[in-house]
Amino acid sequence: MTRTTKLLAALAATTCLVAPAMAANVPDGATLADDQSFTYRILDEFTSPDPQIVEDVSGSEIVRDLFEGLINQDADGNPVPGVATEWSSNEDFTEWTFTLRDNAVWSDGEPVTAHDFVYAWKRLVDPATASPYAWFGELMSLDNASAIIAGEAEVDDLGVEAVDDHTLVARLSAPLPHFYMMMSHASTFPAPQWVIEEHGDQWTRPGNIVTNGAYILTEHVPQERSVREKSETYWDAENTVIETVTALVINDENQALTRFMAGELDRTEVPIGQFPRLEEEYPDTAISIPTLCTYYYNFNLRDNGPEATHDERVRQALSYAIDRDVIVNQVLQAGQTPAYVFAPVGMANMDTPNVEYENWTQAERDARAVELLAEAGYGPDGESLQLGILYNTSDAHRQLATVVGQMWEQKLGVQTTLENMEWNTFLDSRENGDFDVSRGGWCADYNDPSTFLDLFQTTSGYNDAKYSNTDVDAMLNEAKGLEDAADINRQIEEIVAVEMPIIPVYHYANAYMLNPQIQDWPVNNLEANWYSKDLYKIAE
Amino acid sequence: MVLRPIRVQAAADPVDVDDANYEVGTRSRSLWADAARRFFRHAPSVVSLVALLLVGLFAFTGHFFAAWTNAQVDWSVLGQVRLKGMPSFETGHYFGTDDLGRDLYARTVQGSQVSLTVGLVGAGIAVVVGTLYGAIAGYFGGRVDSIMMRLVDILLSIPYMFVLILLLVVFGRSMTMLFVGIGLISWLDMSRIVRGQTLSLKEKEFVEAARAGGAGHLTIILRHIIPNLLGIVVVYATLLVPQMILTESFISFLGLGVQEPLTSWGALISQGAGTVMYGTLWQLLFPLFFFIVTLFSFYFVGDGLRDALDPRDR
Amino acid sequence: MLKYILKRLGVAIPTMLILIVFSFVLMRLAPGGPFSSERPLPPQVLANVNAKFGLDQPWHIQLWEYMVGILTRFDFGPSFAYTDRSVNDIIAQGFPVTFTYGTWSFILAVLVGCTLGIAAAVRHNSWLDYFAVGTSIGAQVLPNFVMAPILVIVFTLWLGWLPGGGWRGGQWPYVIMPVIALGTSYMASIARITRSSMLEVLGSNFIRTARAKGMPPIRIIVRHALKPALMPLLSYLGPAFVGMVTGSVVIDVYFSTGGIGQLFTNSAFNRDYSVIMGITILLGALTITFNLLVDILYAWIDPRIRY
Repeated sequence: MTRTTKLLAALAATTCLVAPAMAANVPDGATLADDQSFTYRILDEFTSPDPQIVEDVSGSEIVRDLFEGLINQDADGNPVPGVATEWSSNEDFTEWTFTLRDNAVWSDGEPVTAHDFVYAWKRLVDPATASPYAWFGELMSLDNASAIIAGEAEVDDLGVEAVDDHTLVARLSAPLPHFYMMMSHASTFPAPQWVIEEHGDQWTRPGNIVTNGAYILTEHVPQERSVREKSETYWDAENTVIETVTALVINDENQALTRFMAGELDRTEVPIGQFPRLEEEYPDTAISIPTLCTYYYNFNLRDNGPEATHDERVRQALSYAIDRDVIVNQVLQAGQTPAYVFAPVGMANMDTPNVEYENWTQAERDARAVELLAEAGYGPDGESLQLGILYNTSDAHRQLATVVGQMWEQKLGVQTTLENMEWNTFLDSRENGDFDVSRGGWCADYNDPSTFLDLFQTTSGYNDAKYSNTDVDAMLNEAKGLEDAADINRQIEEIVAVEMPIIPVYHYANAYMLNPQIQDWPVNNLEANWYSKDLYKIAE
Repeated sequence: MVLRPIRVQAAADPVDVDDANYEVGTRSRSLWADAARRFFRHAPSVVSLVALLLVGLFAFTGHFFAAWTNAQVDWSVLGQVRLKGMPSFETGHYFGTDDLGRDLYARTVQGSQVSLTVGLVGAGIAVVVGTLYGAIAGYFGGRVDSIMMRLVDILLSIPYMFVLILLLVVFGRSMTMLFVGIGLISWLDMSRIVRGQTLSLKEKEFVEAARAGGAGHLTIILRHIIPNLLGIVVVYATLLVPQMILTESFISFLGLGVQEPLTSWGALISQGAGTVMYGTLWQLLFPLFFFIVTLFSFYFVGDGLRDALDPRDR
Repeated sequence: MLKYILKRLGVAIPTMLILIVFSFVLMRLAPGGPFSSERPLPPQVLANVNAKFGLDQPWHIQLWEYMVGILTRFDFGPSFAYTDRSVNDIIAQGFPVTFTYGTWSFILAVLVGCTLGIAAAVRHNSWLDYFAVGTSIGAQVLPNFVMAPILVIVFTLWLGWLPGGGWRGGQWPYVIMPVIALGTSYMASIARITRSSMLEVLGSNFIRTARAKGMPPIRIIVRHALKPALMPLLSYLGPAFVGMVTGSVVIDVYFSTGGIGQLFTNSAFNRDYSVIMGITILLGALTITFNLLVDILYAWIDPRIRY
């Protein structure tokens, strides 16, 4: 993850990046709707509006509206100024300096200063806060972050300093050319020390909460709804068009779709399999956005895993027999793309290899799969093969596992059993290697293939297959020190496509119903980060 | 929760045990013959009984007529279920397919097996445990009775549905766990009813006669008390079966039911109910039809049996 | 009587203790923990989080601390899933919601159910009887997870009369559909119980006597038959009221009401130990209280009952 292209590195090292800040960009001819409100569905109650506590996607969306970090993202996912107007680093990317704008204020009128960031970052790693996202401090490689989390250093030793009110300096323990890209992550957003000290845990309640973003939390009924309204103290308030944003908790996605159809929502997710019909009936409304995530199945390469799948040929056979086109075009049907390698196509710094089996027809793959399985001594003339497919309770996982199991049974004569578990039990079984084949899904933390490929490191905590290849480990380590690792990344993918510790199945796309009156939804932001302040609603 | 099976009104009509009885065997035969006559005179009960038999037949022989298995995916339908997956004799999908192109007929047959089994086994546990427990408590009376019944009171104050959810979450979903969870609580009301009946039965002459004849406690309970309770037990059990099936359907709704590719009425219905708006209405209607017919029939049969076993003419 | 109540309360305390210990142990036995996630927390971070919430202590200490918290401060601890909120906050927010729609469902179920049951019994074997029996069984066997989405499709999508979900502090348009969806099956049970016990009473000797004396039928029903006929219903109503008030998970899922039914299942799935415990204790206490109330009421109405 300590890599970037030469161009980017050169830019960051020598000059300051200055780009225009983002705001709602209403073209001259557009007629705005009278009612500038945006209502959307969230699946579950979000964890917290506290930037250092929040850990879920829908919570982060809310925090990005309420608070503003040093850097925002534009519609294409590029960094643009937030509270910081300029940023630069030293030669080896270990010290970063941010210049803060002088017109940013909190919603209680206090100015936003570098001290607010220092306080927030210390709060993030402080064991007393016990933030589940404290690891993000480690990921940022801030000096002493790991030691502070472990309780071996004082919080004040953290490598961050406010030189003056408008200059923030971060000192890193390792070179990080893309450090500034992490500044759009919610965990790095500022926190108002005086408010937190006054109200304690209650500081995020509407009425108590003080924010520096474009919105302020005005109503929050857990498990039901939360409302944020435009903040007049936000430095760019005059260019913020959407006045009210409401997040409604609706557990059942079919129910949410019915309510969208009844006009109660401006945005909701499309249930699995329904996209083609909706797209046909509502072409302006149904949209599908590719995202940097991959769906895959883990083999269990631990000693206690099934003997058969320790054989590379069996793993290849099982992978080849999965008809990804059927899965993408007949099951999911919402703009997902077949996956033959792990890291999604289209990532930065990636030279996606053209792996061999991708070029075969499915008939060739099936034939090869039968051959390989027979060579390994399984199949019709050999030992019968029995595999359990582990997945957690969800309609989509159920459908995938059923279809994959059927493909294996019908093409290879593999007996499959479906093992559906509720979420926590599933995680426990998967982590402890109590499975034959288990489903997995991985999303990019940042736009670089290392966020995916690191899972193949022997020691990675996320390596559920327990795959171990010393060559791959060495290559991953080598890649960390390189400015351009595209070549090595490709080689790693090629090895993995042969050894097949996991079966990549498809790359995600998010399918939504979005009210066509809502304009400028960032469909090209691969990380799916959106800011209400950049949206606007036109009249019907 | 909707599902706690309390049906105390059954307790309100004890089987009229004729005071002038001497010999249990012949007397009960005539009681049952009487009851049967009354039951078969009541048209709705008879129709329901026939319906139940048909559903049973469907569940346990239906797979002989299926063109597909319950797990097989029809690849030509997958992805276009709305257009190609509707009920049709041509494709062999008599009831259409589910959202994955699996044959709904085969799945309904197999789901019926699971749901009926859960209903019957659940009620069976309640009958066996509840009857024995209640009969023992009532027969011995005194301290034994008050301790045993206090335990029932305690168990009844546990929020049952929530504990069942906890059990399934903790020990994982499986048929066994489902039976344990359901069986754990379903016998409580049964035991109360049986105890009440036993209290009055044990004062009867024939019990005293048996005791005087030197019969042991267990013999008296098994040979003399329980046979006389059968009427009320049967009525109550008939009403318990639909409760069990409803409980299972709720568990399936929560995603804690049987493992795929196995299914149950509850699982099929909750999947079908989710997609009512998407042009695949058959996915809801077929399983719902069997579910409703069965539950209806059990209630009618139960009511019919109660009326039949209660000699007072209404 | 007083002695009886005291005795029952004496049993209630150990019952609650058993319930607390039972669910506490059950929960800790469950695989995973409140901080499990797709990407496991680094061990050091997990240790900090566990330490903050006392989860690093042995079970018996945790249980002891928990009990002390409840008994001395009435503090049910912090939520593990929503770490900046306490269980007291969460229940204080969710319980009134379920209590409101539960109570309305109860009232609806009792009024409609009793009327239907009595009418069916009085006109025994008439079309009214068959209609009442048919609808009540129908209502009882239609799962509410089928009824709820259909209600929303009809009243929200097609007719546009009612909002499809939410609570908004209990404004009436938001309450109607949850009440119907929850109350219907209870209504059906109540109708069936009332009908059969009413039939029984109407067939008994004292009613026959009253009828023979030429009393008007309405008066017979109101003055003589009603009270004994409703007795068996009473013991059903206790658990039914608790069932409705504690809400149905289905209602919360489909109508996004934010009640404690959904809260409980979510917490069970998230291993939010303290919220599960809080709700279990609340429900246990409610169940015990209402069972006791029903028994007292029973004794008060029918003094022949012995203790």
